[in-house]
Amino acid sequence: MVSNFGFGALVITLVVSIYGIFAAVYGARKNSLAWVESARKAMLLTFPLITLVALSIIFLLVNGDYQVQYVYNVTSSTMPMYLKVTALWGGQAGSLIFWSWLLASFASAVTLRKWQRDREFLPWVIVVSLVTLVFFVGMSIFFENPFVRFWQTAGGSEAVAMFQPAGATPLVPFDGRGLNPLLRHPGMVIHPPMLYLGFVSFVIPFAFAIAALITGRTDDRWIRVTRRWALVAWLFLSLGLVLGSRWAYDVLGWGGYWAWDPVEIAAFMPWLSGTAFLHSVMIQEKRGLFKRWNMVLIILTYSLVIFGTFLTRSGVLSSVHAFSQSAIGPLFFGYIGVTFAISLALLLQRWNVLRSEGEMHSLLSREALFLLNNLLFMGILVVCFWGVLFPLISELFTGQKVTVGPPFYERSTGPLFAGLLLLMGVAPLSAWGHSTVKTLGKAMWKPFLVSLAIPILAYVLGVRHFAALLAFWLCAFVAFITLYEYYRGVAARMRRFEENVFTALWNLAGRNRRRYGGYIIHIGVVLMALGIIGIELFQTETQGTIPPGGQMALGDYNITFDKLDIFDTADGRNVARAVVSVERDGKYLGQLYPRRDYYYDSQQPMTIPGVRSTMEDDLYVLLVDWEPISSTGVTFKIYHNPLVNWLWFGGFVFIFGTLVASWPDKDPETVRIRSTKRKLSPSEAQSAD
Amino acid sequence: MALTESSVKPAPRNRAKFFIGGLLIIAAIVYLIFTSTQASAQYFLTVDELNQKGVDVNGREIRVSGAVIGDTIQYDAQNLKLTFEVAHVPGDNAVIEAQGGLAEVLHQAVIDPTRSRIKVEYNGVMPDLLRNEAQAIMTGRMNENGVFVAQELLLKCPTKYEEAVPEQAEGG
Repeated sequence: MVSNFGFGALVITLVVSIYGIFAAVYGARKNSLAWVESARKAMLLTFPLITLVALSIIFLLVNGDYQVQYVYNVTSSTMPMYLKVTALWGGQAGSLIFWSWLLASFASAVTLRKWQRDREFLPWVIVVSLVTLVFFVGMSIFFENPFVRFWQTAGGSEAVAMFQPAGATPLVPFDGRGLNPLLRHPGMVIHPPMLYLGFVSFVIPFAFAIAALITGRTDDRWIRVTRRWALVAWLFLSLGLVLGSRWAYDVLGWGGYWAWDPVEIAAFMPWLSGTAFLHSVMIQEKRGLFKRWNMVLIILTYSLVIFGTFLTRSGVLSSVHAFSQSAIGPLFFGYIGVTFAISLALLLQRWNVLRSEGEMHSLLSREALFLLNNLLFMGILVVCFWGVLFPLISELFTGQKVTVGPPFYERSTGPLFAGLLLLMGVAPLSAWGHSTVKTLGKAMWKPFLVSLAIPILAYVLGVRHFAALLAFWLCAFVAFITLYEYYRGVAARMRRFEENVFTALWNLAGRNRRRYGGYIIHIGVVLMALGIIGIELFQTETQGTIPPGGQMALGDYNITFDKLDIFDTADGRNVARAVVSVERDGKYLGQLYPRRDYYYDSQQPMTIPGVRSTMEDDLYVLLVDWEPISSTGVTFKIYHNPLVNWLWFGGFVFIFGTLVASWPDKDPETVRIRSTKRKLSPSEAQSAD
Repeated sequence: MALTESSVKPAPRNRAKFFIGGLLIIAAIVYLIFTSTQASAQYFLTVDELNQKGVDVNGREIRVSGAVIGDTIQYDAQNLKLTFEVAHVPGDNAVIEAQGGLAEVLHQAVIDPTRSRIKVEYNGVMPDLLRNEAQAIMTGRMNENGVFVAQELLLKCPTKYEEAVPEQAEGG
């Protein structure tokens, strides 16, 4: 009943969306406001329709209607309510509906804005949004229907179908298979929606870019309208990536946070092109350069978003994220290919109109350094793309499948990330138009000298690893420059307006949120880099089996195995929980409880580490194995992860900075000042952006 | 030098400067990708291919995929030493689909005694997902005794879940 209702709503959504596309195109061609308005209404109607679809699925999930295949696959009666609701994105069919729902809500929200200054964009924004929606909804209806049910046919066999086959009776399994225990983690409950929010938000800037190309209105209006969308998209994508890493660290039990898995890379690639886009649009706004390049970047980001959705939901590549094989692969590739080709064709058609308004002169000017930043981001993107596709390419040419692993990515992206870090320090000090080594040197010699203290200090403290010393210096250099920039801005305000430190800081960041929010993001990146250096270069580990009362040592740490409890829980788990005491240099620090949960319904164990976490380091203890009759004892694996908490703390700072940068202005149209038309000194140039 | 957006004419020397700079960076990126690929490329083989290659893969880092045979799993928890055997499964996704999907292929591989097999040795924690008819993707080297010494062990259990199941990747 509810299944039929949900499916009906889905079909109506498809029909309404297709109507909206035709109405918008017709309205734009005939210049008919009535038709465009009708298309807008269609767009707005998709939101409540898909909401009904999503609610139907949630209703089925919550009520445990196991006749529905999707419900059977992702829930079971022992799961708590919040997991039943969030199982909406626990499987492929539900995820696609969730994607469509997000898209419908964002696109609807965008059509509700005031369009006085860019009325001509409206029909085409609707078209792009609805075409994307039709693709996803169509996929749900024809290939990944979340409402298909189990039937017992007259002949006694089982069938899976949307509608009751003739003579068949409903087949209702007693209980569902349940969500994979590894995914029953709060981080995993919000990680996919964050990524999806990021993915879907990038559709909006793309829609405006395509609208600009079609209408021929190729000034930077589309960028100004969608700047905040792009930032919000980026915010959610970043949040999704950080949460995913944290989940891996907490749940997967291998002491790591990032494995260069194809699925991780699939989510990382649109982030890379999106980051390049966010930086390079600033050049178009300030200097009228890079217009074509920005179009290329947003088109690429859109394709990568679809590719990312596809890759996380299909089985083309061997990955630790094991997926089902499904029919949707070729369709996704087809859709990406067609939209990419059409977008490029539109871009080529407007190629000459998108000429730059000026030239770059100095290799050290702000715009040149931004270009360099873009090159490096693209470089990392190419590395990722190459790594993901290399097995397919090599098989094509040599008939031999050759893969590349994490060492490939670490080796080739390491120098590029280091270059980006350095740029992050230097670029904010360079001036628009023209900078020389002399002007730059003058601006950065003080932070440079101070930053040298950090690697020297590290050396004195016993760090002999050259790459680590260099990386520490880079982090310090960027951090000091950024703080120095803040200091200079605050000091100038204090002198000029006689404000106190806090008012000056508040006003400084408040008047120029993108710039100072951006600096906070940079600081966040530096802190994250610190955590990554810590865990990548200084992680140590040990493992061993100890009897009760026995001890194991790692570095300064000493753990004592106190006892092991094994018990059943009400929600269908068998838990083995060890109690260990931690000492450091003979000083008692507390107890840890590494455990192993065995899920009866899915017959799968899950290892949950006991972690003692400080800003200095993490002690990460895994319960590996035990003898039932505890004669020999229990096996533990211990990791020592120095500085890793800075990765998470930096993530917070990063997100906070993005929030500052994307916080709405009171009146967006009046704050913007176009610079240039006169010679700019570095300090003036900075205050102007 | 006054900088207005319209008054500047393109200077050829200026262009060349950026062109060369850009080219240098692109060359550096290509160089990085090329050398890293060479340094870390691993052959992805099936058990059949590995057995046919015989001697010439000794000592080279390779990736092998196969079906875990449950009866052969032996685990010494004291010394964290894990041994098991895997049976050949086809490497091509299309072939797997044609034979009824990954779950079916893995099942057939395990019950068919004529399939070629290899012994695998792994030092470390036994992964949660290691069990009969799981697909093991292993990275490591063949030793002189014809045993595959895995440094990294990934497992997939296609029968159980449609959902993404990231498994413990044991760093080597």
